[in-house]
Amino acid sequence: MQDLLDLFSSITELNFKMVIMWIIGGVLIYLAIKKEMEPTLLLPIGFGAILMNFPGVVTVVDGVKHFGGIAEPLNELYHAGIANELFPLLLFIGIGAMIDFGPLLNNPKLMLFGAAAQFGIFFTLCAASVFFPDIKDAASISIIGAADGPTSIVVANALGSNYIGAITVAAYSYMALVPIIQPPVIRLLTTKSERLIRMPYEQKSVSRLTKILFPIVISIVACIFAPSAGSLIGFLMFGNLIRECGVLDSISETAQKVLANLVTIFLGITIAFNMHFTQFLALETLLIMGLGLVAFIFDTAGGVLFAKLYNVIMKLLGKPLINPMIGAAGISAFPMSGRIVHKMAQEEDRGNFLLMHSIGVNVSGQIASVIAGALVLGFFS
Amino acid sequence: MDFNLGNFVANLKYMGVGLLGVFMIIGIIIASTYAIAKLTAPKNNNK
Repeated sequence: MQDLLDLFSSITELNFKMVIMWIIGGVLIYLAIKKEMEPTLLLPIGFGAILMNFPGVVTVVDGVKHFGGIAEPLNELYHAGIANELFPLLLFIGIGAMIDFGPLLNNPKLMLFGAAAQFGIFFTLCAASVFFPDIKDAASISIIGAADGPTSIVVANALGSNYIGAITVAAYSYMALVPIIQPPVIRLLTTKSERLIRMPYEQKSVSRLTKILFPIVISIVACIFAPSAGSLIGFLMFGNLIRECGVLDSISETAQKVLANLVTIFLGITIAFNMHFTQFLALETLLIMGLGLVAFIFDTAGGVLFAKLYNVIMKLLGKPLINPMIGAAGISAFPMSGRIVHKMAQEEDRGNFLLMHSIGVNVSGQIASVIAGALVLGFFS
Repeated sequence: MDFNLGNFVANLKYMGVGLLGVFMIIGIIIASTYAIAKLTAPKNNNK
């Protein structure tokens, strides 16, 4: 009888915090499947969050953590792929292979709006420092505003943040919520007449050599001026070089699909390693979610307001104005943000096509967010 | 966890330096991109 009771002893060790984590995991799975919100990441994170919260999975003896059940292989995966930043970097090869920098090369000054839309990161850094006395935690939280999961993971990990699980969940959740977060902020900061501004797209021919040299030169510039961005930009641009070189089509396709999918599977479930209730169920997690929202709102506002400032200068110079909504696409969150701006322009005026401009700003946001992340790393690592 | 509004003001310097840094590096990238485009532009062979 005692043996039988021992067999089911773990049931008595269940507690309500574990059940709350199952519910959180269930909500993430629901959002992934039913709402199709970043399903590639939220589904494995949600499932992993459930598996991580059972008796015996994480036990602390004399201040030392011991791992059992799913935590054992996840601990190995964590050290093999996240602690050393390998998974996010490999994912960047796939992302680089997916991005067409053509619209940006057509009009390089669009990159300015990508830079402006990083305002949310630095604003959130200041805001987070009000609640988190350790500036490294505040800095890690601010990188949610990069609107780019791998960058958030790399920075939070490099700064040794205790909140990497909450930061990653916030980053990916808000990326999926960009269509809900951005439009009200854009409408609040622009007038109808500004939203109606048309921007003719002049397609210039971009040579293959330009497209090949671009990732090489950007990597060199980043390594010289923002060495901490070397790995992220380097892997991103390596992926792009594979895409643009024209002789590695099958590898490019593999990087875009197989590699990106494979790494995403492991990345998602491994992130859940940091979602044990002892770490996740805290007031800090709620605050991080709130600060993540602040970061996305101020990123959007920074981009739009900079575009309005740009228009003031252009008006003085007697040059054509731009539609300030494209500034919001500098948030990164590729390609949703670019598409949202285009859709909003179409809602105001069916004949207004901003897609190429907004996508150009959107890919520049990808580069600028990595640079911002590298600068934050440079400040505090 | 803490609540210290003074930290917001104290860390504004990172906002200034950080944004300036991002704009400077992006500026260099823009200049480099224009330079690449100029150097690799297809030559006009119309005779």
